[in-house]
Amino acid sequence: MKVRFDRDVRRRWKSHAISVAALACVILALIPLASILVEAMIRGLGAVSPSFFVETQPAPCNPQVSAVCEQGGIANAIQGTLILVGIAAGISLPAGILTGIYVSEYGNNRIGRSVRFFTDIMTEIPSIVVGIFVYALLLELASLGWLDRRLVFSALSGSLALATIMVPIVARTSEEALKLVPTSTREAALALGIPKYRVTLRVVLSSARSGLITGGLLAVARASGETAPLIMTAFGNPFGFQGLTQPAEALPRIIFYYGISPFPNWQQLAWGAALVLVFIMLAISVVARLALRSRVARRGVVA
Amino acid sequence: MSTIFANIARGVRNRRNGAAWGDVSFEVGSGIVAVGILALIAVIGAILLLGSTDSIRAFGPGFLADTIWNPQPPERYGALTFIYGTLVTSALALLIGVPVSLGIAIFLSELAPDWLRVPLSFMVELLAAVPSVVYGLWGIFVLVPVMRDHVEPSLQAVFGFLPLFEGSPLGIDKLTAGVILAIMIIPTISAVSREALLAVPQNQREAALSVGATKWETTRIAVLTYARSGIFGAVVLGLGRAVGETMAVTMTIGNRNVMTVSLLDQGQTIASWIANNFTEAGPLEASALIELGLVLLLLAFAINVFARLMVARVLRIEEAVA
Repeated sequence: MKVRFDRDVRRRWKSHAISVAALACVILALIPLASILVEAMIRGLGAVSPSFFVETQPAPCNPQVSAVCEQGGIANAIQGTLILVGIAAGISLPAGILTGIYVSEYGNNRIGRSVRFFTDIMTEIPSIVVGIFVYALLLELASLGWLDRRLVFSALSGSLALATIMVPIVARTSEEALKLVPTSTREAALALGIPKYRVTLRVVLSSARSGLITGGLLAVARASGETAPLIMTAFGNPFGFQGLTQPAEALPRIIFYYGISPFPNWQQLAWGAALVLVFIMLAISVVARLALRSRVARRGVVA
Repeated sequence: MSTIFANIARGVRNRRNGAAWGDVSFEVGSGIVAVGILALIAVIGAILLLGSTDSIRAFGPGFLADTIWNPQPPERYGALTFIYGTLVTSALALLIGVPVSLGIAIFLSELAPDWLRVPLSFMVELLAAVPSVVYGLWGIFVLVPVMRDHVEPSLQAVFGFLPLFEGSPLGIDKLTAGVILAIMIIPTISAVSREALLAVPQNQREAALSVGATKWETTRIAVLTYARSGIFGAVVLGLGRAVGETMAVTMTIGNRNVMTVSLLDQGQTIASWIANNFTEAGPLEASALIELGLVLLLLAFAINVFARLMVARVLRIEEAVA
């Protein structure tokens, strides 16, 4: 009898110990998040001033050599990101939403199911591979004489890379959003004799509006944070936007470029830019979560 | 394809029966866009194959087994150093990330009080919202010093006799890259495993509890066993993330083309090497880099197809139960 009692106590203690360990895992995972937020505040806030948003790349500066360091700003990167992501959204939102419509409204067949499966896979393609794809594609077209070689490193090629990354995200999120519209809504409209395409465009799309906007926002957030595909496409531009056929800068790219530089004034800008970027990302995530709440978010299409 | 033609044919027939022409064109139009997106993945593969033709012709399958990357004539390129770096850092990421993620998933689905579940899982998922390059910046300025001054010396003090922990701890090395990758894949693995755990029917738990199992025994016997294929899928999905991750690794792995056992040595992954070299490569080197991209694409594709199939099976069970 005593032996059995001991064993039960041990079993109960083991269960408690593992509960504590599981809680420890949650806390352990949240430490980096807290650390990133705190460090970005501490190191980044010093860079943020009015000139931070209007000036461009400062001269690299070693404080041991020169007395006064130019502070500079990230205007070129903010402008570049707005343009790159804007064009990418212009391409990917219509294409993605149409794909979502097809899969949700007409896709109960083999094509629909394969589109869904492969858009799922496409959201997981490493972003650097997308960058190489756009680079290789434009290089190939240039060697055929179909376009100017300079376009390989340009705002357009950068936008194309970002659009390729955004399309599957928009397609999956809009499909999920459209599926949340109750069938009875469609049936009610169809019963009035409205053709199906008008029901889809007028009734289903507008019922799913908040879900569609959220999906678009998530795709924009993802594209705004991408660095790797821009290294071999948009390339970077310290002066600011000079036209779609010229190289362009982006926020995440200067975080990389300034962050690995040895110059304190550049590193400071990198942290300032990181603060801006993280703030935008977290804001979008919170908004998206609040808007979606239920099923779409839980499925974790993008997360 | 045949379905599309069948749809068109059906549409045309319907039109004769009086259905609106707009319906047919809308269905076919959105179908063409959808199939275009579907074809995009094949186009990506085809373009990468086309771009790497020169390199494939010059080096053949030996490309995958060669450790030399030499742009001086006679040029010679091989991928093994980078494949090795990718495998080592991804394995490290799984080694560190999987237990933590499982702990999180178990806590959030089995143990946490209801009011804590939503906010906590949201906070863990926020880790996925932080851009890779910000992890890299944080890695350089915050994690590297911690690894160099505290973690790596203590690891050496205990395991210093192992070749895995040889050399001087610099902080910029495969171990740090692996730790950052682990942090980055935790939200993926924990979110998908939590889904798998939540999909376990309640009567499984009740059955175990009713015969006197403790909370942990219930979780181990009734829940984890039931959800194991979903959890496995989650882990593979995390592996897919780790394999393709670029910026954070590029900024912390040290970028040296060496293939050493020690985790405290610098290294190079497929993705970091592409990111570092692209802008200054000559034609044949660029072709070899594109071939590296193709290798990465195939790797990520295979891993993700496998993971999706595992996860899809679980979610189908969930839907059948619900």
